[in-house]
Amino acid sequence: MKVTLTVNGTEYARDVEPRLLLIHLLRDELGLTGSHWGCDTSNCGACVVWLDDTPVKSCTVLAVMADGRRVLTVEGLANGASLDPVQQGFAQCHGLQCGFCTPGMMLTARWLLNNNPHPSPYQVREAISGQVCRCTGYENIVKAVLWAAEYEAAEHGAAEHGAGG
Amino acid sequence: MQVPAQVEYERAGSVEHALTLLARYGPAARVLAGGHSLIPMMKLRLAQPEVLIDINGITDLCYINLTGTQLRIGTLTRHAQLLESSVAGEHFAILHDAERVIADPIVRNWGTVGGSLCQADPSEDLSAAFAAMKGTMIIHGPDGSREVSAREFHAGPYETVVGSSELLTEIRLPIRPGGGSGYRKVSRRAGDWPVVAAGAALLLDGDVITDAGIGLTAVGATHFAAAEAEGFLRGRTATPQTLARAGQIAAENCRPVSDQRGPADYKRHLACELTTRVLGVAVARARGLTT
Ligand SMILES: Cc1cc2nc3c(=O)[nH]c(=O)nc-3n(C[C@H](O)[C@H](O)[C@H](O)COP(=O)(O)OP(=O)(O)OC[C@H]3O[C@@H](n4cnc5c(N)ncnc54)[C@H](O)[C@@H]3O)c2cc1C
Ligand code: FES
Ligand code: FES
Repeated sequence: MKVTLTVNGTEYARDVEPRLLLIHLLRDELGLTGSHWGCDTSNCGACVVWLDDTPVKSCTVLAVMADGRRVLTVEGLANGASLDPVQQGFAQCHGLQCGFCTPGMMLTARWLLNNNPHPSPYQVREAISGQVCRCTGYENIVKAVLWAAEYEAAEHGAAEHGAGG
Repeated sequence: MQVPAQVEYERAGSVEHALTLLARYGPAARVLAGGHSLIPMMKLRLAQPEVLIDINGITDLCYINLTGTQLRIGTLTRHAQLLESSVAGEHFAILHDAERVIADPIVRNWGTVGGSLCQADPSEDLSAAFAAMKGTMIIHGPDGSREVSAREFHAGPYETVVGSSELLTEIRLPIRPGGGSGYRKVSRRAGDWPVVAAGAALLLDGDVITDAGIGLTAVGATHFAAAEAEGFLRGRTATPQTLARAGQIAAENCRPVSDQRGPADYKRHLACELTTRVLGVAVARARGLTT
């Protein structure tokens, strides 16, 4: 079956079996291996990507369900050479060790900050509660997301100040 | 690696189109909503439909509307949308209580209200919530639509009265002044299915309980409801002793089984305790107190 979807701003058309999972379309057909494939049971969140405007577990979505939709993966987070503040936060706060959970964590973090630019530590934990990290103990992931929130608030403040002055 | 078996795929553009496709393929077809129960079951071969009929394109099944006396929820409403809906939360605190603890935020983005009910998992949360609220389900079929009460919707574990040529389209909840509701759940970890959960929706006239709805999940309660405890409460004054007795009656009349989520006697204890607590929450809310 023919599917056409836009991944990180690029349109792709592929002929796929209806049973193909979105995670396998992204990794095996499109070569976008940034999204990871972990538990396969909708529990770990390593496979999280955005479908249109919200993150989903792509091991639990068929590729055909993404037909005509937009997908955002970790490969699309940075703006050219400049890393997304969430990515910078993970680098600054040592938010990853092995990195397996990181793409999914960052995509959820980006979604959280778009909807709630000033989350409490509790709200960050709640947002990533469907995602598992076996390395960090979560503490530095929470710090990384809060770092990004502060960075964006400062940027925003500077932009407003600039416009006003 | 878990992948579903080969399957054909059709996309329905409207309720009529979905019904036509269901009629064409018969019992070999399965409706695909969020897919967050069906796809995992297909991976495990617990479900092996020959055709999937994807209803995600029927966007007009995705709504939360307030009419004069009812809240109407379209079957394709995502858990996250119900949780975000202020109109739903204002009239039925139980819905927000429950949605906050169903799965995790990412699963809630795609799992649907109607898919949850049709999955009819014996540990499903919304089934207990809608049982407490005494909701009504609207089912469309080849011969038009019919209404089924939440108390008649489930035919057994993983089974509902929705026929293979039918589609659940809407859930209706009666709005009644003087009401208060809540939901309390114990699970092993964040985002998990309940060990036990209880929901309550009460109507108070002064201190007297004029109507009571109690939902229970994961303990084998008939139609996810605690009918005996409801009967006990009706007409009684809402005192802590009465609520505690109702909790005991609810626990005595359910049939929990021991499994990986806990032993049966622990679940029975939880059924008593959670029912008592959630009744307290519902009473406080009916009196206008925030909890
Ligand atoms: C990790 C994880 C944790 C979860 N935790 C919880 C939890 O704590 N509590 C809880 O209650 N649930 C939980 N769930 C289940 C979740 O709520 C699912 O969203 C829900 O069970 C199914 O909804 P769906 O839209 O994905 O349905 P689908 O998987 O698409 O469908 C489920 C079944 O219903 C049928 N169906 C769907 N829509 C219709 C319709 N309109 N008419 C007729 N038949 C229909 C399908 O054919 C299928 O048989 C969890 C799921 C996951 C993956
Ligand atoms: S691989 Fe999708 S949730 Fe684990
Ligand atoms: S950094 Fe290793 S799993 Fe999270």
